[in-house]
Amino acid sequence: MLEGIQSPAQATYWLVSGQTLFLVIHLLGLACFAYIVARRLTPLFRAQSDFRFDRPFTRLGKVLKFWLGQWRHPRYRAAGIMHILIFAGFILLATRAFSLVLGIADRVALPEGIGHLYDIIKDYATTIVFVCMVIAAGRRLVFKPARYAVPARYGKAHTADAIFLLALIALLMVGDSLFAASKAAFQTRLGQPVDFLAVLSLPWMLKNVLLSASLPTLQHLHLGGFLAHDLTFFFLLCYRPFGIQFHVETSLFTVFFAKLDRGTLKPVRWDVSDEHLDQVKSFGVKTFEDFTWKHMLDFYSCADCGRCSDNCPANAVGRPLSPRFITIKARDYAFQHYPMLGKAGNGKALIGNLYTEDEIWSCTTCGACEEECPLLVEYIDKIVDLRRGMVDDGNVPQSLQKPLKALESRGNPYGKMEKKKVDWTRDREFQQTCDVKILDGKNGADTLYFVDSITSYDDRMQAIGRATARILDHVGTSFGILGAAEKDSGHDVRRFGEETLFMALRDHNVNAIKDCGVKRIVTADPHAYNALKHDYKDVPPVEHISQAIAREVKAGKIKFNPVENGNVYTYHDPCYLGRHNQVYDDPRDVLDAIPGLKRVEMTRSRDRSFCCGGGGLMLFYEPKEDQRIGVKRVQMAAEAGANVIVTACPFCMVNIEDAIKVAGLEGKMTAIDLAELVDQQIAREPQAVVEGHGFSRAVRARQDSGL
Amino acid sequence: MEILVCARRVPDTSENEIELNSTGNDIERDDLVYSINEWDNYAVEEALQITAKVGGNVTVATIGSEEDEEILRREMAMGAHHGVLINDGAFTGSDGHGIATILAAFVRKGHYDLVLTGVQAEDGGAQVGGMLAAMLDYPFASLVNSIEVLDGKLKISREIAGGNREINEIDLPCVLSIQTGINEPRYVGMRGIRQVASIPIPTPSASDLGIDPATVGAAAAKVRRVDYFLPALGKGAEILQGSREENIDKLIELVAAKGGLK
Repeated sequence: MLEGIQSPAQATYWLVSGQTLFLVIHLLGLACFAYIVARRLTPLFRAQSDFRFDRPFTRLGKVLKFWLGQWRHPRYRAAGIMHILIFAGFILLATRAFSLVLGIADRVALPEGIGHLYDIIKDYATTIVFVCMVIAAGRRLVFKPARYAVPARYGKAHTADAIFLLALIALLMVGDSLFAASKAAFQTRLGQPVDFLAVLSLPWMLKNVLLSASLPTLQHLHLGGFLAHDLTFFFLLCYRPFGIQFHVETSLFTVFFAKLDRGTLKPVRWDVSDEHLDQVKSFGVKTFEDFTWKHMLDFYSCADCGRCSDNCPANAVGRPLSPRFITIKARDYAFQHYPMLGKAGNGKALIGNLYTEDEIWSCTTCGACEEECPLLVEYIDKIVDLRRGMVDDGNVPQSLQKPLKALESRGNPYGKMEKKKVDWTRDREFQQTCDVKILDGKNGADTLYFVDSITSYDDRMQAIGRATARILDHVGTSFGILGAAEKDSGHDVRRFGEETLFMALRDHNVNAIKDCGVKRIVTADPHAYNALKHDYKDVPPVEHISQAIAREVKAGKIKFNPVENGNVYTYHDPCYLGRHNQVYDDPRDVLDAIPGLKRVEMTRSRDRSFCCGGGGLMLFYEPKEDQRIGVKRVQMAAEAGANVIVTACPFCMVNIEDAIKVAGLEGKMTAIDLAELVDQQIAREPQAVVEGHGFSRAVRARQDSGL
Repeated sequence: MEILVCARRVPDTSENEIELNSTGNDIERDDLVYSINEWDNYAVEEALQITAKVGGNVTVATIGSEEDEEILRREMAMGAHHGVLINDGAFTGSDGHGIATILAAFVRKGHYDLVLTGVQAEDGGAQVGGMLAAMLDYPFASLVNSIEVLDGKLKISREIAGGNREINEIDLPCVLSIQTGINEPRYVGMRGIRQVASIPIPTPSASDLGIDPATVGAAAAKVRRVDYFLPALGKGAEILQGSREENIDKLIELVAAKGGLK
């Protein structure tokens, strides 16, 4: 009777003993990997500091949810499920790989029962990963989802690299399976006890194919399978850091160190306080080394899946921005300037070389990219840091210089006089029903209505201000405004990279708010809301008017007259209310509380809402684009079957009303602010209803302002 | 190349609502915000771009008092190497000729290869550049919208009516009045201004520059403002809104009604 099959450790490969050969391969592989990773980490040590070591349990929670739990993957159903299977396969096979690699074929023994269960699992895991590789390759080669395409200006397609990596993983699975299958076939042929192989798994199928092979062939396949697996394993380990598969190693860290607070922006420097910023020589990101180490880690972790750009409104209308390539270009820069051999290159200016000015100004900071990224890669902080660098160099589009200068001298982007800030309250008819107090020391109130520039000065948006004031008045809120003492919240000044001007506006407003002694702040402008909530410190709690309305509706303080006009309403989530602050339900609850109101959802709603085109200074920027972002948005509303778009942000109103005209939907589609709609529909005291002013006041206010 | 840019602080027309004061001889200045005259800002940017290419220094000078220092700081934050505040009570009320006289005295005290002014000030009369050149006996070109430095001279282009451009060579030293649009001036924020806040700004007086106070100021002015008003809206202007055919018909009808067509 023949002996059993020879294991790779006992075998001799080309006169070298298996044990020696594999020991050399493993040590060499590990040494190479360590060297490569050390080189890859070099720029991270030259990078700006980044504070990511707080709240470890929250961070572990993120790892469990987004890394281990693959939380965001099913947002793209087919690719997501496949990724979950591959990821699970990898996690399960990690034990197998280590046992193969460490034990050099003589398996690290697991306890009998668990060992058997694990054998079943690993056989199926190998099979599933293999099948996923075949499907993934098919997707890349045959179905070609649009989001994988590489526009000509960003270089050539990434398909070949992707296929190569898929093939390597497939080879890894085949090698492993062949190793097990040939042994089992060998044992079967000799009538020895046969290693268990799970039915219909890849090794099981291979075993059945190999049953007719000769014993020496099986012996060769056994040793060859192991060698193939071993070489592929170490080749992959050392090859991954050169491409998108590096995320296999880095994703755990990227997710652990991910940004925890939505709606916030990173400080100019993590290691310099506001008071000492004047001593900092250079602001923002100008060279690659100005990025923080976490942002560099993001570049390595990007898996090139294209979900960010697939959701980016700027990218959708042909603005020269694709978040995916913000990352890919930076990663390629790092690979090129921090090579494996030779000296690291020294920081060239990124703007003009890696990125164009228009590319960086094109971002609306809507956050759709960050919401989608399965690896929690950050974009807004990077864009804002790049803008800070441009602002610091005086490199600001002419169209933005005037509003910025006006914000500096007048506290609003329009250059309007401070004393005119209260003009919206002076509408004669409005004044008769609603007296808005100015909290200038003579008047006091519990609540501050923070109006912000656009609602104060823009004729159309003033109607939103009046509707907001009437709602607050209706529910009996003791409120007032700062009037001339209120400057622009600076929300978008900051997001356009003008940190110093933002700080001046913020400090002024914080003092004014403190002086007026209110206990709470309300605003109808999500940008102001986000600024007050996240960018300001030491101010009373702030609420968006939709939250206040929802609460009062629940408390029964607001009752509505029914809508009887046959309109179909859809709610457009403003980015800074929805994605950045997670207020999705309150506005919808309010709409659904209005009797007779028919509401439909757009396909892109809630956390996948599609930006209107951008607020704040974005209204002044003249982007290069094929189409307005807002036009795309109103078309989405039309597709959903709506003829009224309800929003809750004055900037959305500007963009959407313009877009309705541009899209040629005038007369077929209208836009209304949630506050305006609520104001129209509120069932007021019987007397007021009899007079019939409740319904038409807002409409007339609008006519008064010439719109 | 040593370049002097003559600049001026003016009420910012885009951020003010200009109203007449009660006596009607000036605008209401209480609630105004000021900034550098727009043309002058383009001139400074151009000077900075020239010195970035060929080396040298940019000096920005203005005639005024302490409150005018802010525009010098802003231009220094842009990159101007020196700011000079020409400050003397005797200068108050100077007309264009007086301003040119003061600037000419300042130019003679220094060594400038090139003197730039804006084409005009937002509240001015586009006269200083030409007069300054005449007083210095320098060649002058107005409405300049591009500059190329050659050896000992400049190749410049000037804006001519109808959007045409005229290309000239002009010998150095010379005076040029700069048109807006010649470049895209860089942005200056508060941070930049703060960083130059402590740089000293010299403030030469009439005697420092050897100017006879009798030749400048209100007393020497031969041009005096006697009135200031917003023209009343004209009557009878009508804009025809319709298709071209409709407009033509309507126009014929209107002209005929007024007796213009028989």
